[in-house]
Amino acid sequence: MSKHLTLSVNGRSLTVPEGTVLAVALAEAGVTQFRRSVKGQARGPLCGMGICFECSVTIDGKLHQRSCQTLCQEGMEVTTDE
Amino acid sequence: MSTTYDVIIVGAGIVGCACAHQCSQAGLKVLILDQGPVGGQSTGAGMGHIVTMDDSPDQLALTHYARRLWLELAEDLPAHVEFQRCGTLWVAADAEELDAVKRKVSVYQSAGSKAQVLDARTLHEEEPHLNPAMLGGLLIPEDAVLYPPNAARYLVDRARSFGAELRTGVAVRQIGDKGSVTLGDGSSVEAGLILNAAGCGAPALTPHVPVRPRKGHLVVTHRYPGFVRHQMIELGYLKSAHSVSSDSVAFNVQPRATGQILIGSSRQYGDDSQTIHHGLLSRMMAQACHYMPEIGALSVTRTWVGFRPATPDKRPLIGPSLVSDKVWLATGHEGLGIATSLATGRLVADMIVGRTPEIPIAPYSPARVTQENVVHE
Repeated sequence: MSKHLTLSVNGRSLTVPEGTVLAVALAEAGVTQFRRSVKGQARGPLCGMGICFECSVTIDGKLHQRSCQTLCQEGMEVTTDE
Repeated sequence: MSTTYDVIIVGAGIVGCACAHQCSQAGLKVLILDQGPVGGQSTGAGMGHIVTMDDSPDQLALTHYARRLWLELAEDLPAHVEFQRCGTLWVAADAEELDAVKRKVSVYQSAGSKAQVLDARTLHEEEPHLNPAMLGGLLIPEDAVLYPPNAARYLVDRARSFGAELRTGVAVRQIGDKGSVTLGDGSSVEAGLILNAAGCGAPALTPHVPVRPRKGHLVVTHRYPGFVRHQMIELGYLKSAHSVSSDSVAFNVQPRATGQILIGSSRQYGDDSQTIHHGLLSRMMAQACHYMPEIGALSVTRTWVGFRPATPDKRPLIGPSLVSDKVWLATGHEGLGIATSLATGRLVADMIVGRTPEIPIAPYSPARVTQENVVHE
């Protein structure tokens, strides 16, 4: 049985199996607006392999982190739609 | 074909566009040609810094005059030109540079430019992410930044509103001494005067134009609003940018309207390739990280190179060329083409229509370039 870990997404607690990719966890949690374009349009995962940067979110205060290239960690604080 | 234009401008970079604007506004019939799009070469690759610089009295006169023209135009500029009067902050890293600040402030002030010495405390209040070891700075509050390709497009649209004609995607193969251009398809167009504003491409069209491409690298980050508040340049730049013999880098960052940060700069002769020189880029970023240690943690979206049209004496070439009184030049602005484009346009139009220029034009005359000091590659 896999271990689980808990992170915070926009202030809400989210528990996922260890090894979950953050972009997947966010999608599972119903997040559709990962970030905003320069003109304010909603953006979400496109390429899923770290090239397009459309899935960028803020992780532990660090802006523009690619959620598709990040594994969920215990206690991680994620903010989307920035 | 009969002469239908007063002036044909070769090159729709920001300098050509500014000349087209001023000439057509002065009542001249203008055709502007470019082999690519508007602002597709040096203009599109540059930072877009409206800076006053005091390397020489002539440079200060031109940049100060040009900045005044930009500030006068600022209200008319559409939002997508992203004109922001963020000021230039020259950063002093050591005692020698701090002494230079004290000399420079009076030079700027005597030219009529606002200038303010910042002590270490004020410097770090203004720019909290600077390395705490920085000792002070010189703030030139009226300097500005903008987005160059959109500025060029705005100027050429203004020119067109005065009747100028723009043809892009049209290569110019040759400029004739008697006032004609031969196009890529072999046809020719005549005019009273041909203005070669082709930037780094100018020497290929007019002999004895001592312009050499000086390569530069730029990096742009993701959006980090407020991380950088002024265009900042190290005062050591005054030493490094002067070195014409070797590759150099300098700390030079700019806040964009989007919150992105442009990071420069490098200067390199003798490498005309479009490829990134990773060794030089590493030095450039190491310099940026020395001045702003947190830059290392920012996310970069793009890195590119561009070429400045440089002259041996650091002054642009504005006015009649050596080959013919029907072939004029407006090129050789090196890294100050965006900054001084409006002044160049105004001076060119003044000379053509016989108005008295507001600043002396002799320092920029191509006639200063004799055979002896032409740079041979």
